[in-house]
Amino acid sequence: MISQAAYATASAKPASAGIRQAVSRGAHLAVMGLGHAYRKSDGMVLDDINFEVRPGEVLALLGRSGCGKSTLLHMLAGLTLPSRGEVVINGNTVTEPSPKWVMMFQAPSLYPWMTVAQNAALGLRFTRRGHEIAKRVPEVLELVDLASFADRNAQELSGGQQQRVALARSLATNPEMLLLDEPFSALDAFTRRSLQRDVRAIARNLGLTLVIVTHDVSEAVRMADRVLVLDANPGRIAEDTEVALDEMQREGGCDRFNAEHVRLMDLYTRVAHGDPADASDDNEQY
Amino acid sequence: MSSMADTPSVKLALPSMGRLRGLGMGALGIAVLLGLWWLGGWAVANDPDMFAFADFAPAPTLSALWDILRSGEVFAMSGPSLYRVGAGLLIAAALGVPVGIAIGRIDWLRELTNVPFQFLRMISPLSWMPIAVMVYETWDGAIVFLIGVAAIWPILFSTAAGVRRIDPSWLKVARNLGANPIHMLFVVILPAIAVDVLTGIRLALGVAWVVLVPAEYLGVTSGLGYAINDARDTLDYARLAAVVVVIGAIGFALDYACAALIKRFNWVRDSAH
Ligand SMILES: Nc1ncnc2c1ncn2[C@@H]1O[C@H](COP(=O)(O)OP(=O)(O)OP(=O)(O)O)[C@@H](O)[C@H]1O
Ligand SMILES: [Mg+2]
Repeated sequence: MISQAAYATASAKPASAGIRQAVSRGAHLAVMGLGHAYRKSDGMVLDDINFEVRPGEVLALLGRSGCGKSTLLHMLAGLTLPSRGEVVINGNTVTEPSPKWVMMFQAPSLYPWMTVAQNAALGLRFTRRGHEIAKRVPEVLELVDLASFADRNAQELSGGQQQRVALARSLATNPEMLLLDEPFSALDAFTRRSLQRDVRAIARNLGLTLVIVTHDVSEAVRMADRVLVLDANPGRIAEDTEVALDEMQREGGCDRFNAEHVRLMDLYTRVAHGDPADASDDNEQY
Repeated sequence: MSSMADTPSVKLALPSMGRLRGLGMGALGIAVLLGLWWLGGWAVANDPDMFAFADFAPAPTLSALWDILRSGEVFAMSGPSLYRVGAGLLIAAALGVPVGIAIGRIDWLRELTNVPFQFLRMISPLSWMPIAVMVYETWDGAIVFLIGVAAIWPILFSTAAGVRRIDPSWLKVARNLGANPIHMLFVVILPAIAVDVLTGIRLALGVAWVVLVPAEYLGVTSGLGYAINDARDTLDYARLAAVVVVIGAIGFALDYACAALIKRFNWVRDSAH
């Protein structure tokens, strides 16, 4: 068969690179003058957002509830189009969603009538790469430690396992960037910690760019290379700071970790409970 | 929206009794029904005014039933009826499912159609009879139309309600992973609403089966409704009661088959979380 031969040559490169090394290089992300209002009559939810993310960087968006983090992430994914400004990925303006940058939600959002493997295969199926399913799906399930669950119904898994399946599903198409919207907040502390560690490790091994939305300061400290703290009403970037910790220190329990945690918590508290007068000054256009 | 369309599909699945217990209770229920029937027949037979109707009792009815079963007449009677109900349901589903999906997905369409659809739904299907007879050249066509008119609403509303219950993030995930509209329909939407559609069809079948018999009282010379009318005209009450039993039995079997299909396609599992 022709397709088989073509497949063999096409898959030669990634296969030799191995799944735990950089199969895909991360996306470069630039956000320029981004603003959004859901309705013309409403105020801006987000305003004047500018930032850039290097390929392979892990960025956390930290902000209190309702400041527009999910809105921003939807626009990065191309699931919502901004009313102002643009999102540029690898030099191209985003106008629609793409399996090259995959968003994950707080709920795993698996399809309950499918097995774990069928869920993980969806991206390949949708993008006409069905011939890769047999090889790629076991690979990604292995990556998230769920190889033995392939034929189970998605509903038979625990919340943490389901979130791992969602991760496998997101990784199956070899994306360049993952966009995570508080994906661990519904999990118990132990599961959350292990997923935080695993997701960071997987993203770094694959060289993926990672943007993670959270309102949990320790999650930002554990996972992110850099943190943007968002102001509310309208959402703007109030702080932009690096988290200077190595992989060992990110496990916590050391002075460096505690110091970073305190520093970030301070920044976050100041922004979250900022002087209300500030916010009204910012709204001078209204 | 209509209360029947909003009934959670899960509850309509077969009750989860133990199999044996379920069978036993079913048999007991049938026995009670037969007992009441026999009592009624006995009372009628002993009443000088009603004596002529004694053939409605179980014994003559069951013997007439045995006759129409043995002679194969039962197939000749029910074949045309099943065809009419099947054709009517098929047309109702072919229209109701796509329109239901559309009004479930598109807000303005739902707002636009809500009042007219609820209005049309409340018109007894049988009141279309004179119009159907004028429009269709054959009686068969008119009956299929009436059944279609009766069956479309449960299918349409149940489908629309199912579409509205679809988790929005399922659609977002599919869009994100590169699904085209065909994928969206066949991989996400239809499996997600399969149980709602089947539940609608089950309700529609119930309505269609009810509408069928009076519709067949008119014009046609075949079918279960005609058989009842014919038996009445020839004063063959045992045969009339036997046809009634056949109608009940087929209706029960069809409903049971729908329930089994619903159970088969119901993806909701009992889960601990
Ligand atoms: N679909 C929508 N239509 C109109 N307004 C919306 C919509 N989605 C969000 N909003 C509004 O936009 C603002 C930001 O919402 P968003 O969901 O982005 O916040 P968030 O930072 O993710 O909050 P949380 O931490 O609670 O998830 C809120 O005021 C919300 O009411
Ligand atoms: Mg949110």
